[in-house]
Amino acid sequence: MTGLLFQAFVYLCAAVIAVPIAKRLGLGSVLGYLIAGIVIGPALGLVGDTESIQHIAEFGVVMMLFLVGLELEPRTLWTMRNRLLGLGGLQVGLTTVLVMAGGMAFGLSWTVALAIGLVFSLSSTAIVLQTLNEKGLMKSDGGQSSFSVLLFQDIAVIPMLALIPLLALPELAHHGAETHGHGGHGAELSLIEGLSGWQVAIVNVAAIAAVIAGGHYLSRPLFRFIASAKLREIFTAAALLLVVAIAFLMTLVGLSPALGTFLAGVVLANSEFRHELESDIEPFKGLLLGLFFITVGAGINFALLSENALLVIGLTIGLMALKAAVLLALSFMFRLRGADQWLLVLSLAQAGEFGFVLLSFSVQNSVIPADLSDLLLLVVALSMLLTPALFIFFDKVVLPRLDKEQGRAADDIDEKGAAIICGIGRFGQVINRVLKGNGYKTVVLDLSADMVDGFNRFGIRTFYGDASRPDLLHSAGLEEAGLLVVAIDDMDRAVEIVKHARRERPDLHIVARARDRHYVYELYKAGADDIVRETFDSAVRAARYSLEAFGVHPHEVEKLITVFVERDRDGIRRLARLFDPDVPVFENEPYMKLAREIEKETEDALSDNPSVHDRVKRAWLPPGSKPDDE
Amino acid sequence: MTQQGRKILVLFAHPGQRYSRANAELAQVARRTPGVTFVDLYAEYPRFKINVELEQQRLLDHDVIVFQFPLFWYSTPALLKEWQDLVLEYGFAYGEGGVMIAGKLFVPVVTTGGPEDFYRVGARNNFPLRDLLAPIEQTANLCGLRFVPPYTLYAALRAAGSERLATHVEGYGRFLQALRDDRLDLDAADGLPVLTADTLPIIEEAQS
Repeated sequence: MTGLLFQAFVYLCAAVIAVPIAKRLGLGSVLGYLIAGIVIGPALGLVGDTESIQHIAEFGVVMMLFLVGLELEPRTLWTMRNRLLGLGGLQVGLTTVLVMAGGMAFGLSWTVALAIGLVFSLSSTAIVLQTLNEKGLMKSDGGQSSFSVLLFQDIAVIPMLALIPLLALPELAHHGAETHGHGGHGAELSLIEGLSGWQVAIVNVAAIAAVIAGGHYLSRPLFRFIASAKLREIFTAAALLLVVAIAFLMTLVGLSPALGTFLAGVVLANSEFRHELESDIEPFKGLLLGLFFITVGAGINFALLSENALLVIGLTIGLMALKAAVLLALSFMFRLRGADQWLLVLSLAQAGEFGFVLLSFSVQNSVIPADLSDLLLLVVALSMLLTPALFIFFDKVVLPRLDKEQGRAADDIDEKGAAIICGIGRFGQVINRVLKGNGYKTVVLDLSADMVDGFNRFGIRTFYGDASRPDLLHSAGLEEAGLLVVAIDDMDRAVEIVKHARRERPDLHIVARARDRHYVYELYKAGADDIVRETFDSAVRAARYSLEAFGVHPHEVEKLITVFVERDRDGIRRLARLFDPDVPVFENEPYMKLAREIEKETEDALSDNPSVHDRVKRAWLPPGSKPDDE
Repeated sequence: MTQQGRKILVLFAHPGQRYSRANAELAQVARRTPGVTFVDLYAEYPRFKINVELEQQRLLDHDVIVFQFPLFWYSTPALLKEWQDLVLEYGFAYGEGGVMIAGKLFVPVVTTGGPEDFYRVGARNNFPLRDLLAPIEQTANLCGLRFVPPYTLYAALRAAGSERLATHVEGYGRFLQALRDDRLDLDAADGLPVLTADTLPIIEEAQS
């Protein structure tokens, strides 16, 4: 018991200390976990047996794949089909073939080389998705391309798992039992003990079919029954049970649990329980994934590494260079440019956690000898360890250099407009149309390459780029602009843009879109002149219709609404001055006090208190009468 | 009753309907009278965004144009002034080619806060009501409309609930019907400064 608590203490402690520090230093959480792992593992020796914990932690990957599957409605898949199949397929295919060729050049037999090729063709979904999300790059063109490739890889694991048993080396086959337990999922129970390669393949297909059929026909009535109990923790338990059960089944038949749960996720993507399942599994996934990264760091065999330092490092660098080269070639084929191209190339150059899975699977199936596998495991781990460094390289070196070269990352902006509009979504479009329609020049910036392409084709000059990057704002003509409109979704970025623009141009008029009150205050503090709550005016219109529906005279409604809007805006203006971004609203005493006062004023105004000369009631009052005297 | 008579457009302008007594009752009558198109301008354009094309079409579609309003500062309420400024365009209502509404009847239906004896030279309002309405009378003239003296209720604020208001409201109904059926003696009306319920020059139909 104390041993378990001690282990938990060490792991949690490492994570809690290392991850925030790493984030603050701009290294990202993944590197933080990895470093935490190295510190408690090889460095301090606080944890010995990382393998058993890694099995538990790999469940984070399993859960992540389940979640990825849940996000993957067939329709989404369809819109991504070109990149998914083209980019992803070519990446996996080319990398496998090239690694295989390299392996055979080193004198390995073709079956071993092919297995290694398959292992190394995969990248780390865990690291890359986590990092892309963290950096807000998921929606960029490069991020989408990376995601497509990762998704294809995740799917490609299925045929790989089916293929690998067929590559079994006869001379290793009888050693299979000894090499068991080598980081693999080969549990004590197995349904495929003593079956030939072909029979295993058949059992595998049957298991997958069972998951799909079960997910499709059984899950709904089952979840409905469980949900009817209205006990949240039981639903959470059921969600976990689902994932665990599928993982168990996959383990029994010797398949990757990640694959099974991914399939289950896809099957359930259209289910009405999807969001519930997502939010239930998400925290487990986050923790386990963190644990997984720690074990990757902790599991690095430094003894083996130092013995073969040159070989392992050489292999790692060679592998990453080769993967990057393949990605670079593909990026030209798929017309990715600038930052997107670099993002794709740098983010996917590592080998991934599926590599661990495939390697141990290969060892179990007597495809790769165990000692070779140990070396390869090091290569995989090392390449994963280097990936956050590549992201930092992307941030600190690639982006600034691209900008120096007059923004190859962003479009080359040749127009200095009277108005800079950041974001050409539903919101920015309206502003742009009105300004253009009245003869004002605009420079439109947007982060979505699809939008930019579409609008350019539509005849609206639009430039691709992240407006929260100062240099892009400058090349868009911030120095000469007469107006800045910040109409992007991402509120934190919007605040950054306003802050920067205000610093550079104290005289510039800035119109900003705010999601809610909180961001009104933030944008006010940042220095925006006009702040528009994105749903306020439409809500006011809906309120107007509602009053009219009750038969209130439209002109009367207009007066009531006008007063309401003025009061609301006045209140928000007064509260904005007291808002402090560093103090939670409910702990901000002056703010709360004023908020209560305003509440009271509004109540008074709406009550029949005759001392309040409400504008609505005073309007067109006949001479000599009092408001509302009957 | 025949529906073949004149078509009447009542343009009602009252921003303070919350407090209206007299005009609210008059509006009820106009709404209920067959052959009358009743338009509450403040309901249709609470934000003063007048649809000029629609309003011009309405003028073309009717033979009698009624402005029904309370007198505010010796003039129409603001929206009715806005309506005049926008709808009676050059080239449509006056000026070159502006003959589109010429020949129609134009009738103000007015309520005032002050009593009749305020509207006299030397009295509190210093002008007869008819003189104060000179701007809209001349507007009608310039547009080629035949101006009918205003159907008037003085001291409307004190009329609520009174016999006087009932008479006036009932008279409004008869007035609109007479206009519709061409039974108003227009020449006789011209001789009067204002029309009231008991001075309406209605030709009683020969009971043929």
